[in-house]
Amino acid sequence: MINADAKLAENIFDKPAQASSREGFGKGVVEAGKMDERIVVLTADLAESTQAHHFEKAFPERFVQVGVAEQNLATVAAGMANYGKIPFITSYATFSPGRNWEQIRTTIAINNVPVKVCGMHAGVSVGPDGATHQALEDIAMMRALPRFIVISPCDAEEGRKATLAAAKSGTPVYLRFGREKTSVMTTAETPFEIGKANIFWNPPSPGRAEVAIFATGPLVHNALLAARELEKEGLGAYVADIHTIKPLDADTIVRLAREAGAVVTVEEHQIIGGLGGAIAELLASVSPTPIEFIGVHDAFGQSGTAKELIEHYGMGVGAIVAAAKKAIERKKL
Amino acid sequence: MSITDTEVREIELKAYAIRKTVIEMLSEAGSGHTAGPLGMADIFAALYFHVLHHDPKNPKWAERDRLFLSNGHITPVRYAAMAHAGYFPLEECMTLRKFGSRLQGHPERTFLPGVETTSGPLGSGLSQASGYALAARMDGPPAGGFRIFCAMSDGEHEEGNTWEAAMFAGKYRLTNLTAIMDRNNIQIDGNTEDVMPLEPLADKYRAFNWHVIEIDGHNVAQFVEACDEAKSIKEKPTMILAHTTPGKGVHTIENDYRWHGTPPGKGPTDKIPADKQREVFLAELEEAQKSI
Repeated sequence: MINADAKLAENIFDKPAQASSREGFGKGVVEAGKMDERIVVLTADLAESTQAHHFEKAFPERFVQVGVAEQNLATVAAGMANYGKIPFITSYATFSPGRNWEQIRTTIAINNVPVKVCGMHAGVSVGPDGATHQALEDIAMMRALPRFIVISPCDAEEGRKATLAAAKSGTPVYLRFGREKTSVMTTAETPFEIGKANIFWNPPSPGRAEVAIFATGPLVHNALLAARELEKEGLGAYVADIHTIKPLDADTIVRLAREAGAVVTVEEHQIIGGLGGAIAELLASVSPTPIEFIGVHDAFGQSGTAKELIEHYGMGVGAIVAAAKKAIERKKL
Repeated sequence: MSITDTEVREIELKAYAIRKTVIEMLSEAGSGHTAGPLGMADIFAALYFHVLHHDPKNPKWAERDRLFLSNGHITPVRYAAMAHAGYFPLEECMTLRKFGSRLQGHPERTFLPGVETTSGPLGSGLSQASGYALAARMDGPPAGGFRIFCAMSDGEHEEGNTWEAAMFAGKYRLTNLTAIMDRNNIQIDGNTEDVMPLEPLADKYRAFNWHVIEIDGHNVAQFVEACDEAKSIKEKPTMILAHTTPGKGVHTIENDYRWHGTPPGKGPTDKIPADKQREVFLAELEEAQKSI
């Protein structure tokens, strides 16, 4: 059952509002810009598809167009942050942090300047553009970097809040956003704090969960649909929205994993090095638990619709339900 | 800012003092780059003892000129120049590349005040300096009323990021930015024109909408005049293309690319045995200094 404390939208299963998480970025960065004059936004010839054009319109004097040059995007921003600005750099995640990862490592992370790397079009749900434009490795790349906070919002509203929180963090941050319109689950009242997981779904009997589902990004909605199916079959579950992949909310994750005794991780990313990897590292060291990994299994994407691709790569509701049952079965071994 | 003959001579002497420190610190470290730091000693002496507005006792002074070093591997010359200028005790130079030192093998902003940015991986310094220059211009004087310098190598012009930055600085007409290229014609694997031809560098920068001044990088007066000229250019960033001799001052290694990334004591032994390299280099510097 839905956790009332999360203050989710009322109609998340019937007719949820649809918006892309990048739209949340577009709104959030304008709000942040109003609050703090140090905020600047840079893009590499992708102002509209990154939603940076909203900031460009509101604050043209604080908008920087670097052209198709992602290495320059990161390093110019590093220089601006070094001066005292708070730059948000925007491109597709395959290009930034994909192409410019070393520049991010040296001039932002080692240099310790508060640049916010905003990677759009994450996951296979980019759709028709195909594998070259579908970022599936960005979480792995960014969570390996010391000093970086890594945030993967579940919807547009959380994307807006994450953008505002990143603006205030004083640290390097990676923000991951999707292209497609997806279900808006959270509301303005839903809590958001960097590093604090949000429990969206509880088992019907408190303390009697069979499985804990840890999900990130827009697939949190599929995780909720899966939890509803499981509940119909008498299997209590938790669904936690792990919007912050680094630092992980270790307290919440370990508590839910211990109570349920079985875990499913859900992400639109390679299962190598992403959320699942991070949770496996955590649980292996403090509370070994059977885990099933929903994500892309060491493969590249391809052209198709978002829905087709999510199903094809095993990230649909049915796949999550099956993974939960498998994890529960493994408890008995 | 002009310069008298007496001042030139003082800076040239400083440059030799810096070179000797470079040889001593690299010998002590047992690793690091020799040719580039020796070749850039005149320019770093001129920067720290004449051109830059700075305060060694207050390295975070808001109005200081900013000196970015893009080719971080020549950082021994910067450390030595900073020590001679009074940023930290000369003895600290001997901690170069050692555990716990503020003098990291490649320079890090978070370790040593006065180092404006972290560098080493090539090709990323000009864009950082450009971003800094643009940010400073957004705020305008007095907050952003200082000048931004960026020292670079010639070899890093094989990096795409360098040309992205050149295009960017040209687009935004970053007149507060002066780049200084160490055109010493060598890189690790050989002479630049063999590894990957770079010429015509001056024409390339002009085509990217820069003002270009070519100088003899060992002529202090020319360098100071070029910095003056850069200040007077109101529509473009300026590139001071400084022709230098790698290894300058140590006659037996000048222009020998094999000394790009090797310290005294570990270099080629066809001319000087390894265990004699430090003392021979210092003696050669002493001798070369007499010509000032």
